[in-house]
Amino acid sequence: MNYSVVLSVINYPALFSFLLEGTVKALELFFLTIVLSLPLGLLVARLRLSKHKAIQLPVKLYLLIMRGTPLILQLMFFMYFPSIVLHIQGIDRFMVAVFSFTINYAAYFAEIYRGGIESIPAGQQEAAYVLGLSSFQTFIRITLPQVVKRIIPTIANESMTLVKDTALASVISVAELFKNAARMQATYSSVVPFAVAGLFYLIMNSVVSAFYSNVEKKLNYYKG
Amino acid sequence: MSTDEVLSVSHVSKSFGELDVLKDMSLTVSRGEVVSVIGPSGSGKSTLLRVVNQLERAESGDISVCGQVLCQNDDKGFAVYSDKEILKNIRLSIGLVFQSFHLFPHYSILKNIIEAPVQVLKKSREEAEEKARELLNKLGLSDKESAYPYQLSGGQQQRVAIARALAMNPQMIFFDEPTSALDPELTGEVLKVIRSLAAEHMTMVIVTHEMAFAAELSDRIIFMDQGIIIEEGTPQEVFSSEHERTRQFLQNYSK
Repeated sequence: MNYSVVLSVINYPALFSFLLEGTVKALELFFLTIVLSLPLGLLVARLRLSKHKAIQLPVKLYLLIMRGTPLILQLMFFMYFPSIVLHIQGIDRFMVAVFSFTINYAAYFAEIYRGGIESIPAGQQEAAYVLGLSSFQTFIRITLPQVVKRIIPTIANESMTLVKDTALASVISVAELFKNAARMQATYSSVVPFAVAGLFYLIMNSVVSAFYSNVEKKLNYYKG
Repeated sequence: MSTDEVLSVSHVSKSFGELDVLKDMSLTVSRGEVVSVIGPSGSGKSTLLRVVNQLERAESGDISVCGQVLCQNDDKGFAVYSDKEILKNIRLSIGLVFQSFHLFPHYSILKNIIEAPVQVLKKSREEAEEKARELLNKLGLSDKESAYPYQLSGGQQQRVAIARALAMNPQMIFFDEPTSALDPELTGEVLKVIRSLAAEHMTMVIVTHEMAFAAELSDRIIFMDQGIIIEEGTPQEVFSSEHERTRQFLQNYSK
């Protein structure tokens, strides 16, 4: 097959509308993953910090598997294991993608939270304890706000990676940006759709990056 | 136990692994008394405060605070702690001022002070703020209420920490080397505040290396070394002690 970079063979309105549809899907996947995995990651971090081995060990295993195997394989596993092995039919591809991304990113976020929690000086907890705050109050009101400030740059990093990782959902045929670009490429025998897709990812990440810079600035009202 | 005895520590032991930090320690403090604890580093002074404040656990011994039992020896000689509720009550009756302040950096000065009265004592915000402003005024920090800790000098931060402890209306306040993180110029302003509390007959236990200050202010001085009380008495008694270890220690300060 001969790919062309000739720009005239392409129906641009059709291309843009198709890629925009993919962009919307990618954004849906992005937002659902962020909204679900950030709180889930916090829960996992708390469990990881548990003193009980019976809680700590399964959490460690989960973290190892999620971070130790390719996300693309995890997507395929959750897509095909239920239908091939368990004979469960009619599973929604997009939901599988949301599920896989969420538990994968929750693992990374959990380790980021854990690092943040452990970086807060013990004196903060001691001061709160002596003043009579409960451990829940101490975590929510004293520790967590300070953790959030410290981990924002890392969370921003992961979020930008997530925008690009949504392309992996194409492996289970979710009609997101990368998948749609690939189809357009086949239709027009042109690499232009990929170039446009690249530009779209870049625009999305400019917004994500600007958003986190803004949050960082907002949290700059104090130091320490 | 007499009614004006607010703290009773008896035969308390505590070790970190192999190291015995407190050995069969006994001590009582009466209402309105100012007690200074002096001694070399690692003598167990801070650990004593931390055990009474429940930041560390005693292995054996009896402790009671304002008539409430914190822990008591069982027949095997191990300290058994009281119920959660009692422990919390005891915690609330003692204020603790740390060497390195430990203010909450993400809260304004006012919020630092009202946090526990509102969240723990369930006071109304207005009431807590009124009391906080009163304290800030008294400690000469009225203009700092909306500042953040990082904007304050060490001496100012320590005064806020004292205000934060006072806002809980404690029965007594413990100071764990309150001026050790401060340069000499800032030390004075913190000592002045502690002096004014003494004048109001606040019960205080002060772990300190400020010998002149301890001598001037204290009703009683306790000299500790290697987890035991070597000597205990009025400032005059301790500072003119014949005890060899005490003299050796104090000599380092008079040079």
